[in-house]
Amino acid sequence: MAETLQFELVSPERLLASEQVAMVVVPGSEGDFGVLPRHAPLIATVRPGAISVYETRAEVSRRIFVAGGFAEVVGDRCTVLVEEAIPVEELDRAAVEQALREAREDASDAKNDQERADANKRIKIAEEQLRVLKR
Amino acid sequence: MPSLKDLRVRIASVKSTQKITSAMKMVAAAKLRRAQEQAEASRPFSDRMGRMLANVAGSAKGSAGAPRLLSGTGSEKRHLLVVATADRGLCGGFNSNIAREGRRAIELLKAEGKEVQVLCVGRKGRDILRRLYPNDIIDTIEDVAKPALTYESAEAIGQRILQMFDEDSFDVCQIVYARFKSAMTQVVTREQLIPFVPAPPQDDEEEAPQESSLAPGQVYDYEPEQEEILAELLPLNLSVQIYKALLENNASEQGARMTAMDSATRNAGDMIKNLTLTYNRTRQAVITRELIEIISAKEAM
Repeated sequence: MAETLQFELVSPERLLASEQVAMVVVPGSEGDFGVLPRHAPLIATVRPGAISVYETRAEVSRRIFVAGGFAEVVGDRCTVLVEEAIPVEELDRAAVEQALREAREDASDAKNDQERADANKRIKIAEEQLRVLKR
Repeated sequence: MPSLKDLRVRIASVKSTQKITSAMKMVAAAKLRRAQEQAEASRPFSDRMGRMLANVAGSAKGSAGAPRLLSGTGSEKRHLLVVATADRGLCGGFNSNIAREGRRAIELLKAEGKEVQVLCVGRKGRDILRRLYPNDIIDTIEDVAKPALTYESAEAIGQRILQMFDEDSFDVCQIVYARFKSAMTQVVTREQLIPFVPAPPQDDEEEAPQESSLAPGQVYDYEPEQEEILAELLPLNLSVQIYKALLENNASEQGARMTAMDSATRNAGDMIKNLTLTYNRTRQAVITRELIEIISAKEAM
C-alpha cells in the first residue's frame, strides 16, 4: 500500500508531529472522521478527544489527546491545529481525576460567566480524557 | 590635570562597567538564541492558521452573517493601539523606535479625527507614551516574558482585547511591535488585528509551501457551518497573532540588547586604552619631575 497522507499536528508553541501515515481519525465536533489519502478538502472544528494515527491501515500506531482545535484537509495533507496535545499514554488517571474535581469545584463557585465557561471547558476536557483512558 | 589616583579610580570603574556590559551581551546572546528558536517553532502554527483563515474568510467576507471580528463594526472611528515594547531598557534604540512608531500612529489617527486608546505591553513603552498621552493609555501589561513567554500570556491579552471589543469600546485594533530580521536590524511594524485582514505577503518570504493550497475550482467542505468555524477561528487567530508579535518582539529585544551591549563593551575598551595612555604619561611626568627636583637640589648644595 503505497499511498500515504502527510499528517501534521501543530500547537502554537511548536510543531508536534509531521509524518507520513496511512490514516488518521480526528474527533470532529460533529463526530469523528477518518482521513485517508485523497480526501475531499475539509475544514472542521475539533472537540476534545483522541486523534488516532494509523501508520498502516491495520492498526493504531499512536493516539494523541487534543483539547480541541481545528483540522484542515487539503490534497494529501491533514493539518490539525490544537492549543494543547498530550500523547494518550502520558495521561495520568489520578491527575486527570484531580483536575476534574478541581474544575467542578471552580464551576460551582465561579463568580461570573467567564469563569464558569472556563471551568466548564476544563470539565469537558477532563471528562474526555477519562473516557479516552477507559478504552 | 587629573592626579594619578583619579586616573586609577576611573580606569577601575570603566573596567567594571565593561565587565557588566560584556556579561549582559553574553546573556542577551543566549536569550536571543532561545527567543529565536521559540519564534521559529511557533511559525508553522501561525502560517497554517493564516492560510486556513484566509481560505474561510475569503469566501465568507461578503455574506451577511459574517462575524464582527471579520467584517468590523461598520465604523472606523475608535482605535485601539497595542504598543508592545520591552520591560527593560539598555537595549539601544529598541524601545524608543517602537514608541516613536506608536506616537506617529497616534498623531496620524488623531489628525484624521479619530479616537485613540492605547494598551501598552511592556513597561518601557508606557514610560515614554505616558508623558505624551497621559489620558489615552488605558492599561499596561507588564512582565509578559517572565519567567518565559508562553502562549497563555498572549491568550490572556487576546481575551482582554476581545472582551473590550464585545463591550463595544473600539472599532479597529492595531498592534505595534518590532519584527526580528537579524540581531542588528529590527523592523518596527504595525499590523491590524481587528477586523481581520489576510496577512500581506512578507518581503522576506522564503519558499512558501504552496503545494497544499486549494486547486482552482475546489471548494472546502465545512463541518460545522462556515460561520461557526469562523466564530471560533477568529478569536484564536487574535491570540496567535499577538503571540507571534510578542515572540518577534522578544527576539528583537534580545538582538537589540546584544548589539547595544557589544558596542558599549567596545567603547569601554577604547576608553580604557585612552585612560591607560594618559595614566602612563602622567606617571612618567611625575617621575621626571621628581628626578629634576632631586638633581637640582643636589646641585644647589
